[in-house]
Amino acid sequence: MTVEQGPNGARIARETAPPQGGRRWIGKRLNRVEDPRFLRGQGRYIDDIKLPGMAHAAVLGSPHAHARIVSIDTRAAERLPGVIAVVTGEDVAARAAPLPSFGAGEIVQDMIATEKVRYHGETVAAVIAEDRYVAEDACELIDVVYEPLPVVLDPFTAREDGAPLVHEALGSNTAYERTFTFGAVDDAFAAAPRSVRARLRWPRSTGMPMDTNGAIGDYDAGTGVVTIHANSMNFTYFLWLLAATLKIPASKLRLVPVGAGGSFGSKFFMHKVPALAGLLSMIAGRPVKYVEDRTAHILSNDHAGSDRHYDAALAFDDDGTFRALRIDCVDDYGAYLQFGTGTHGNALSQVVGPYRIQHVEYSLAAVLTNKNQQGAYRGFGAEVSNWVLERLVDLAARELDVDRVEIRRRNLIGADEFPYRTPTGNIYDSGNYQGVLEQVLEAVDYPHWVAERDRARAEGRHVGIGVVASNERSVFSSTEFWFWFDEPDFTPTSSPESASLQIDPTGRIVVTLHSQAQWGNSPETVVSQVVAEEFDVEPDSVLVTYADSQHALPGTGPGGSRFTVMVAGAVAGASSTLKQKIRRIAADKLEANEDDLEFRNGAVGVIGTPDAELSLADVAMTAYMFRLDLPPDMESGLSAQSTYDHPLTTLPSGDRSDLGIFYPFVGHAWHIAVVEVDPETGKVDFLRYAAVHDAGTVVNPQSLDGQIIGGTVQGLGTALYEQYLYDDQGRVRNASFEHYHLPSSMDVPRITVGHQETPSPYTAYGIKGAGEGGRMLTPAILSAAIEDALQPYGVTITTLPITAEQIVAWTTA
Amino acid sequence: MSTAAGQRVTVHLEVNGLWREAVVEPRRTLADLLREDLDLTGTHLACETGVCGNCNVLLDGESVRACLMFAVQAEGRSLLTVEGLAADDGTLGDLQQAFHDHHGLQCGFCTPAMLLTAHEHLREHPDGGTDEQIREAISGVLCRCTGYEQIIASIRAAAEAGP
Repeated sequence: MTVEQGPNGARIARETAPPQGGRRWIGKRLNRVEDPRFLRGQGRYIDDIKLPGMAHAAVLGSPHAHARIVSIDTRAAERLPGVIAVVTGEDVAARAAPLPSFGAGEIVQDMIATEKVRYHGETVAAVIAEDRYVAEDACELIDVVYEPLPVVLDPFTAREDGAPLVHEALGSNTAYERTFTFGAVDDAFAAAPRSVRARLRWPRSTGMPMDTNGAIGDYDAGTGVVTIHANSMNFTYFLWLLAATLKIPASKLRLVPVGAGGSFGSKFFMHKVPALAGLLSMIAGRPVKYVEDRTAHILSNDHAGSDRHYDAALAFDDDGTFRALRIDCVDDYGAYLQFGTGTHGNALSQVVGPYRIQHVEYSLAAVLTNKNQQGAYRGFGAEVSNWVLERLVDLAARELDVDRVEIRRRNLIGADEFPYRTPTGNIYDSGNYQGVLEQVLEAVDYPHWVAERDRARAEGRHVGIGVVASNERSVFSSTEFWFWFDEPDFTPTSSPESASLQIDPTGRIVVTLHSQAQWGNSPETVVSQVVAEEFDVEPDSVLVTYADSQHALPGTGPGGSRFTVMVAGAVAGASSTLKQKIRRIAADKLEANEDDLEFRNGAVGVIGTPDAELSLADVAMTAYMFRLDLPPDMESGLSAQSTYDHPLTTLPSGDRSDLGIFYPFVGHAWHIAVVEVDPETGKVDFLRYAAVHDAGTVVNPQSLDGQIIGGTVQGLGTALYEQYLYDDQGRVRNASFEHYHLPSSMDVPRITVGHQETPSPYTAYGIKGAGEGGRMLTPAILSAAIEDALQPYGVTITTLPITAEQIVAWTTA
Repeated sequence: MSTAAGQRVTVHLEVNGLWREAVVEPRRTLADLLREDLDLTGTHLACETGVCGNCNVLLDGESVRACLMFAVQAEGRSLLTVEGLAADDGTLGDLQQAFHDHHGLQCGFCTPAMLLTAHEHLREHPDGGTDEQIREAISGVLCRCTGYEQIIASIRAAAEAGP
């Protein structure tokens, strides 16, 4: 196949091919440069920041999931000493526009509800006060009279005629519906001798970072500039749209990125908190801090996870060759749909997983209910899709009575088939799936554990093995939000990322990033290693800073496992420009040919002539101060910037039978878990857990291991513990850490991690993304392993989480 | 509102070796005293209901949830917070260095509490104890990034490096 390729990506991939002798800094297991400040307690998270004259806000959430707001009496709250203002939906409507929306139809969300509330915890009022204690006291003094309305909590009920409407203006609770067909799906199902079909249920959960979402608004009445400090992740990508919400020109909205204590998607579409802090500051005329407390985060930050009901089927031959996949999904999106159905677009980038499946049908109904709306969660829908696929594969293995490894091996895309075009049109750039499989089998000594399981089973113990695979698509081009519409309002974005490099007059390199601050990933370490690779300087001599939105170049921020790939491309581009200038200056001064120069140990020198070199400090001082020593056509200074656009995107076809290339840098992983289940208590113990991932070129094996293990454990939470629980009136029953259980150190296995490196031919240095991979496997592997352990009970796992109560119910049935 | 508006009490306590004084409302939590009055923002709040342990500090050597104590309950007592772990010039202590060397942190939010809780554990088990004991020791501090594996490795390494 031919692959269209953007010139930007092609140039970078060529320029960053490994030099003779390999790379010096990329791939090294370095300690993170971000660490020391956090280890000393100097992280400066949003709630650690104090501005002069700053007031504090608290919000009042609705106790009802669906109710008309009859009246709000704020007088008692306003009389409380220390209260500056009490703000209701009416006040907001008078001053601000609704929150930004990319979704379908007339679904409008305001910062504070007006007329009616549509989910439990929706904000109905905010208080600005001298301190947070007083703000919270005042919330309790606000008297809201509600007229409860019938709630609709189940998406199937919501689709029935006569169901209570979440948005009357929409006339229906089905916000969006579409079927995509790729290939001859009906024919393939009819022709295949066998198929399996399952109804699968993925529950609503959320990213749940330790640091909640927070922002400080700081309105300058003199200039009209609204500065918002926020722990959002991608303010240059779309957060500038908040200017429209605040009814100010975008040039007068200055967003300042603040490092976050975790996101996992929950700060990706962060919109409510910064908008509110900005508006409250405009109302108060002074800085106002609003940081969610845990309850507010659980109830009213967009619920990160998908909430899906599947009817899915896989057709295959008698020898286990997969033929066709049919997926029908009803997704309970909650009360709003501001961010559209991108989590299904995402799944379509790798819906066939690592397998040769030629025909795919994908149906989606996006349904509105009286729950909070969905946001983003690590995996962005592809983790759900992978669970569905791997469940079907396990069912197929059972149907054929073949080994679960064997059936997968038989269908894997071969190492000689890349770039591989999937039925939806997206490509997989490169891979060696068989290599990863063999490595993980060897890592755990698979035959040993099969024998152990069988021996244990003979003794009446409940030991089970899970073996699952996943691809990890990385680096989105945002087409996944776009192809749902036949006539979209805009063309797809390139989802760019930028970097600015400056060498100061003393020769030190300063890098400015343009979309986010640190939030648990390692942007400063990655950038330092890339700069070190390019200039051969010590990584810890590089300083990484973050631009605010008034100074920022295009950026998109982390998400969809994109940041390392994209920022490396941007740094490579800026480095290339800057190195060219340095070469010219040095060639002139050393009376050498530019092509004979190399960067070595913080200097630029003539290859093979150790004495003929200039330190970067010498070059920089000349560039800044001594214009007459520079080549005559050269400007003073030593800086460069680069914006790296998505390296490989093509447009979908008009009829959407081909969605184009939109998520092409595709990693791959296999996990093996051995568990023992206690049938009396439902406790799941881990006897062995191993993961092998291929994320292309590894920048830092230590931080990559951290992402893989952390993601795996987050997936363990999804698989075993986490879900939002509602009562019959739509009230969340577990809006605290006491009742929403996150995995603790006692709940997690020892995980061994291995790597294979199959570089991407299209990205800088061959890097692929890797931030989400772990979570894409754990739900599938725990389903498989526990199902295997409970084989004597004939259990088929179709619903998550697999709670201890559920296990006991199966074993005592 | 039962709060007697304007009522204030003076609290004296030793924090990281220095005696400090603050005038606070009786209902002010120890965490807010540290963060808001003493500008020691290394103690982080993640749930404020005593579950997540991210606000753990050592009170007379014992780990406590700073969100569950009133500031006035710390009157006259001695407190160690994350800010007291490094040398005055910022040089990392051995345990901090072990977390650095073994990637025992990602976003860094739970890190202060993890360090202090591990500090307490290593005082009670200078050889680190078993992995199971390390797991149990930090089981009251939630981390959402790391999956704990590298935190446990960090504590183990600090124990092996010795005091």
